[in-house]
Amino acid sequence: MKDDSQPADYRWVGKRLDRPDGADKVTGRARFGADIHLPGELVGKCLLSPHPHARILRIDTGKARALPGVKAVVTGADFPVLEDRPTPVADYAFNLWDQARTLMARDKVLFDGHPVAAVAATTEDVAQQALALIEVAYEILPHVTDLEAAMAPDAPLLHETMITTGVAPGPAAPSNIVARTMLERGNIDAGFEAADIVVEREFRSKPVHQGYIEPHACIASVAEDGRAELWTCTQGPWIDRAFCAGILGWEMSDLKVVATEIGGGFGGKLTVYDEPIALRLSQLTRKPVRMVMTRSEVLRRTGPTSGSLYRVRLGAKSDGTLVAADCEMILETGAFPGSPLGTARAIAFTHLDIPNLRLSSAEVVSNRPSVQAYRAPGGPITCYAQESVMDEMAEKLGISPFALIRKNAVREGTVSLAGFPLENLGLAQVLDAAEALEHLKTPLGPTQGRGIATSYWKNGGGQTSVSAILNEDGTVNVGIGTPDIGGLRASVSMMVAETMGVPYDKVTTTIADTSQLGFNSFTAGSRTAYAVGLAVVGASKDLIAQVCERAAKMWDLPPEAVDYADGMLRPAGPNAGAHDPVPLATIAAGFAKSGGPIMGKFTTDGPGAGPNFATHIADVEVDPETGGVTVLRYSIVVDVGRAIHPDYVEGQNQGGAAQGIGWALNEEYVYGADGRLQNTGFLDYRMPVAPDLPMIGCTLVEVPNPNHPFGVRGVGEVSIVPSVAAVANAVKDATGLRFFEIPMSPPRVLARIAGARAAKDPSLKPAFR
Amino acid sequence: MPKIHVTTTVNGGETEFLCEAHHTLLSVLRDTLGLTGTKEGCGSGDCGACSVNMNGRVVCACLVLAPEAEGATIETVEGLAGEAGMHPVQRAFIETAALQCGFCTPGFMVAAKDLLARNPDPSETEIRYWLAGNLCRCTGYDKIVRAVQKAAREPGRHART
Repeated sequence: MKDDSQPADYRWVGKRLDRPDGADKVTGRARFGADIHLPGELVGKCLLSPHPHARILRIDTGKARALPGVKAVVTGADFPVLEDRPTPVADYAFNLWDQARTLMARDKVLFDGHPVAAVAATTEDVAQQALALIEVAYEILPHVTDLEAAMAPDAPLLHETMITTGVAPGPAAPSNIVARTMLERGNIDAGFEAADIVVEREFRSKPVHQGYIEPHACIASVAEDGRAELWTCTQGPWIDRAFCAGILGWEMSDLKVVATEIGGGFGGKLTVYDEPIALRLSQLTRKPVRMVMTRSEVLRRTGPTSGSLYRVRLGAKSDGTLVAADCEMILETGAFPGSPLGTARAIAFTHLDIPNLRLSSAEVVSNRPSVQAYRAPGGPITCYAQESVMDEMAEKLGISPFALIRKNAVREGTVSLAGFPLENLGLAQVLDAAEALEHLKTPLGPTQGRGIATSYWKNGGGQTSVSAILNEDGTVNVGIGTPDIGGLRASVSMMVAETMGVPYDKVTTTIADTSQLGFNSFTAGSRTAYAVGLAVVGASKDLIAQVCERAAKMWDLPPEAVDYADGMLRPAGPNAGAHDPVPLATIAAGFAKSGGPIMGKFTTDGPGAGPNFATHIADVEVDPETGGVTVLRYSIVVDVGRAIHPDYVEGQNQGGAAQGIGWALNEEYVYGADGRLQNTGFLDYRMPVAPDLPMIGCTLVEVPNPNHPFGVRGVGEVSIVPSVAAVANAVKDATGLRFFEIPMSPPRVLARIAGARAAKDPSLKPAFR
Repeated sequence: MPKIHVTTTVNGGETEFLCEAHHTLLSVLRDTLGLTGTKEGCGSGDCGACSVNMNGRVVCACLVLAPEAEGATIETVEGLAGEAGMHPVQRAFIETAALQCGFCTPGFMVAAKDLLARNPDPSETEIRYWLAGNLCRCTGYDKIVRAVQKAAREPGRHART
C-alpha cells in the first residue's frame, strides 16, 4: 500500500533482492560466535550456583588448580570492585557493578545458575572435571522467586541496604522494591468520576526468554603487552567494549571487539556475560580462551524479560469517549535493577488521547537472573493489559475495537505522557488497512474466536558512525558497526546503491570492529535501518562530494559546477563549459593523480526516528477437552514508513508475532519451591515450532518518515507489541472467558473452563459448557 | 584410556578421526573436523540446528555418539552445494528471505533437502511437520515454508537429491 504523495520510483529501495550474506548462511560458511578458533586456545567454563540465595563462605580452588590441564581458575576476587553507580555509555547509563556481579558472584549468590568461579583448561573434558573439584561452602539463605512474595514486608532481602527510590518520604527500611515512579496528567479522580463505564482488571505474566537459537559464545586473546582481542556474538561491539573495559578496569584502546555473525539476539545480547571472564582467563594464562554457553546456562544465567503484575482501570463516557486511564505496572527485574519500566511506560495508552492518565510503576528484585531487554521491552505485557481492557470496554459499549480507537485516537502533534513526540502518525492508515482485510470476513466456528489489538512503539535512533570507500575499480565498500541480525547488510547496500546511483552488487557492506569506526550503538531498539540508513546515505553523499571535487579539478571548475547522477559526472550547466561526461569508475581509477584515496564517512546521533503503530488480528481455536489453543489465522498491519527490503520487513514482523504467540500460549520460566529453574532446555521451555503456527499475513502500510531520506521507520519491535493481546482477546472471544494471566497454556485454560463450567458462568460459550 | 579410531564418509570423502567414547558426532564435526556449519543450539536434540544426514536419515548430531559414525555416510550443510552450484533449497531460502540471523539455517537446509527427496510435492502441513524438529526464532516459519514450496517447484531438483 503506497502513499501516493511520495515518489517511489526507486531503482533498488523497495525491491526484494538477495541478501549479500545469504550464500554464507545457507552453506555453513558464516562464522558465528562458537565457530571462531585460535591456535593454542583453552576452554573456559563457569561453575554455577545450585542455590537461589546463599552467602559464599569460602571457595577452595586448590584441587581444581592441581588437575593436569587446568591453566587458571578465577573467582569474584579476581575482578575489580567497582563503584555502585551508573556509568554513562553514549546515550545510556549502565551500572557496571551490577553487571559484574551478575556474571560472577561476589559475597552472595542471588539466583540458581549464578556463576561463582571459572576455569580455563586444555579441553572441555578437563574443564568439566575441574569444575567438579572446586569446593564452595555456602550459607544457604531464604529465597524468593515470586514477584508478589518479594514485595511482602517479611520477604528475604536480596540487597540488605536497598531503599526504594522515587517515593517521598523515602521508606526507612530496606526492601526488594527498587524504585517507584509516577506520571500523571489531568485529574485521575475527576476523570473516573465523570466516567459512565469503568473497567478495572489485574493481569499477570511470567518471565520469558528471548530464545535466540545461538548460545552466547566468545573467544578472548590477550597479548603479553596487555592488548586484547575479543570475538563475540553481540548486538553491540562498542557497548561490549565499554562493559569489558569498565568491568576489568582496562583502557578502551587496548581492547578490540570483533562482532561475529550473531544467531539471534532480540535484546538478550546487549550485555556481557562470559566476555570479561574469558578476557581475564586469557590475561592470566596468556593463551586464547574460548567460552561457549550450554542451553541450560543460557536459560539459567542470561536475561529473560520481566514477569509482571498490571492493575489497569479505564473509564469511558457512554458515547465511547475515554476519559480516564490508570495503569500500575509492577515488573520483576531479577537479581539486579534494570527492568524495562521506561519503555513499558512509554507505550501504555500512547495511541489514545485520554485527558486524565496516570502511569505508575514499581520494580522488584527477586532470586532470578537479572532481566535483559527483549524485543520492545515491556511492550507486549503492557499491551496485553491495555488491549484486554480496551477489548472489554468496546464490548461493554457495544462497538468494535476499531471504532473505540478511532473515536479516541491520539492526535497529531501532541507529546505522550512519557515525553515522546507524536508526529507524522500513521495510525489512521493502519486502522483503515486492518479494517479492510478479508481476514475479518472469515467465519468462525463455535470453539473459535478472533482477537484484535493495536499498539504504538516509539522507535530509536542513536549513535552511529560509518565509512564508505570508493575502490579503484568504482565499486564501493561500506563499513558499519552494527551486527547484521536480519538482513541489515542488504538494506544498507540498497540504500547506498540508491544514493550513489550504482548497481546493488557493486556495493559490499562489512561489519567493522571497534578499532575501525567511531562509536556505534547496538543493533537494537528498532534503530538500525533508521540510524544506520541516515549514516550510510550521509557517507554516500560524502563520497559523491569528493568525486565531484576530483572531476572539478580535472575540468578546472569549482566543485559546485559538477553534477553527479547515476554514476556519471557532468558539468552542471552550459556555463561550466563542454566536457564529456565521466563515469564514477574513471574518477575512482585516477585517484592517485587527483588527490589520493577516496573515502567517505558520516557520524550521527540519529535524530527523528519517530513512532509507528501496528494492528494484529488473531483467530484461534480452543480445544474444550485439552485446553490447547491453536492459532488458525494471523494478520499483521504495520506502518513501516518505507520498506527498504520488504521481505525482511515482513520477516521481522512475522517473527515478532510468532514470539508473541509463544509468550501468550506456552512460554514461561518455571521455578520449583527450591528456587531452582525447572525448565532449562528447549524441550520444556517450549517455543513455537512450525506446526504450531499458520502462515502469517503481513500488510505493510507506508506512511514515510520525513526525517529519513527514504522514509524509514523502525520495524523490529512494533512487531511483537500487540501480539500477546491479540491472542488473549481471541481466546476470550472463543471461550467467553477473559484470561488474566499468561501464558494461556493448556492446563491453565482447561482449569479456567472447568471452573466456569462448575460455577455455571453465563459468559462461558455454549461449546464449552 | 586410548582414543577410538573412527573411519567414516563425510560429504563424499573418506574421513578418519580419533575420539573418546562419550564425544558426540557434533563435537567431532565442529571441533575435530572443522565443519562448523553444523550448529549447536541446545545439545539435547530439541532445536535441530545440528541436523545432519546420516545413512539417509536426518539426525541431530548432538544425539549421535562419535564412535557410531564408524562406516557411516554423513552429509552436512557443507556438502549440499556442489559444482553445479547451490542446492535448490539453498537458493530458495536466499530468494524468499527465509533466514534472518541464519543460525538455524544449516539445520533447515539438511532437513528440507531430505523432505524433498522423500516427498517432492509436500503440502504446507507436511512441510511444517517435517520441519517440526527445527527451531527458528526469527522468521515465524512463514518464509521458510514458502522457501521449501519454491524449492519443490524447481526443475532439476531431483538431480541433486
